[in-house]
Amino acid sequence: MSDKTIVVKQELLKLLDQDYQQTHEQLARQLRVEPAQIAKWMQELESDRIIVKCQPIINWEKAGLDDVSALIEVKITPQREVGFDALAARIYRFPEVRSLYLMSGAYDLAVTVEGTNLKEVAQFVSTKLATIDGVVSTTTHFVLKKYKEEGVIIEDEEADRRLLVTP
Amino acid sequence: MNWSERVSPLVRSIPPSGIRRFFDIVAEMSGVISLGVGEPDFVTPWHIRESCVHGLQRGYTSYTSNYGLLELRQEITQMIETDYGVSYNPKCEALVTVGVSEALDLAMRAILSPGDEVLVPEPCYVSYQACVALAGGVPVSVCCTREHEFRVTVDQLAAALTPRTKALLIGYPNNPTGAVMSREDLAAIAQFAEQHDLIVISDEIYANLTYDGEHTCFASLPGMRDRTILLNGFSKAYAMTGWRIGYALSNEDFIAAMTKIHQFTMLCAPITAQIAAVEALQQGRPSRDRMVAEYDNRRRMMVEGFRNMGLNCFEPKGAFYVFPSIQNTGFTSLEFAEKLLQAEKVALVPGDAFGACGEGYVRCSYASSSKNLTEALDRIGRFVKPLLK
Repeated sequence: MSDKTIVVKQELLKLLDQDYQQTHEQLARQLRVEPAQIAKWMQELESDRIIVKCQPIINWEKAGLDDVSALIEVKITPQREVGFDALAARIYRFPEVRSLYLMSGAYDLAVTVEGTNLKEVAQFVSTKLATIDGVVSTTTHFVLKKYKEEGVIIEDEEADRRLLVTP
Repeated sequence: MNWSERVSPLVRSIPPSGIRRFFDIVAEMSGVISLGVGEPDFVTPWHIRESCVHGLQRGYTSYTSNYGLLELRQEITQMIETDYGVSYNPKCEALVTVGVSEALDLAMRAILSPGDEVLVPEPCYVSYQACVALAGGVPVSVCCTREHEFRVTVDQLAAALTPRTKALLIGYPNNPTGAVMSREDLAAIAQFAEQHDLIVISDEIYANLTYDGEHTCFASLPGMRDRTILLNGFSKAYAMTGWRIGYALSNEDFIAAMTKIHQFTMLCAPITAQIAAVEALQQGRPSRDRMVAEYDNRRRMMVEGFRNMGLNCFEPKGAFYVFPSIQNTGFTSLEFAEKLLQAEKVALVPGDAFGACGEGYVRCSYASSSKNLTEALDRIGRFVKPLLK
């Protein structure tokens, strides 16, 4: 693949990152390529898992679902041969786990967990997470309010306040 | 009592802005995609807004020097020296104004005597003509054409020259055409200015929005520093239109004269906005570069979009406007803009709002999201298609 194609594909990803709902036609015109080319690239990006998944960012609180989320600091003992990866895999396969990062610093894994209420999350931590062999300790921080997710400010959007016609 | 008769004849003689008239029509409608907006679609980068908030918290609410904060003038002169190699003394050769609009007004009032003529290449920003006239001068239009890529030539200027010609007012990169002037083009103009002892007022507000090649600062041409009143500001490059901060750089005498008017009429530019402008110059380059890259991408898309529709579209090299010709649709600029608005709810500005020689063209701003622009191009394409058969 030429350098130029790589750059255009990165541009495509940036456009999708801004707004995933654009049509192939719209994207094609912005990148000055044929719509068929966009379709082909999208397919490649998806099969290469460069585009991993597309999903909306939802303000669940506004939607009336008061789910609870928590950020859990987890200290673990790395294992021979597999390091942190095998333990990480055991943790991220739980559907309650929304995100999992290996961290530098005071703890090893940052785990985001979601549940329908406080009790459910607490139960998950105490019965599932803390009991895995190799997990040394957990510290649970409940989320009180979400201000920004995935680069998007949840509450206020900076609306276009310009006059419609100006010199 | 007919109060309008009591308004000064000079003010009465100046026609209202053509843009204003069109704005009133657009404002009545809903669901309009507007390509009529002459300001960035980005809000001011957060770090710049935040610096203003911080300034307010620390109690920066006073007047500043008439000239503006010295720190800001130092940043401005340093930037101009680094970018264009022209040096100005921040203490007496720089004036911070309430937008370039004020700076332009001050420049005209500082140099013009009644009846002095100013050469104004058109199409141009809507206030050039009015500013000259309000200062007692006589604006003399010089028509720039598509044939010369909307650049002004020495021959055209020479044809408009009279013994009363005192100054030349240029604005490149240009609003509304997006035209730029190369260093060679400007060097010829500089020679002409020298030869006829003209003062040159150069409005370079779009300097940072230059896409192909480098912007040439008029004052950087040999012998032009003292002859030029260089105007620039923060509105376009840093998405700071509502802050109203511009500046003028010139020889000490011109700046002192402009400051004299400024101190009695404006006193100083708002300190809050001046603080934000300091931040813009100190830290704003990365956000500015990001915005410029985005405009450049949209620019290419718009030119291609209009050409694909069958409209003759000049490739703009600066600012954030395209200026396609609509002559082959059979409509005048105003008819085209009005009918497009009614039929497809896309607002753009008739070219004649920027001078009579803008007739036959429309100004489309691409300071709008790519998604809006593609939708607008679809709608315009639908409108234009039956007209071109």
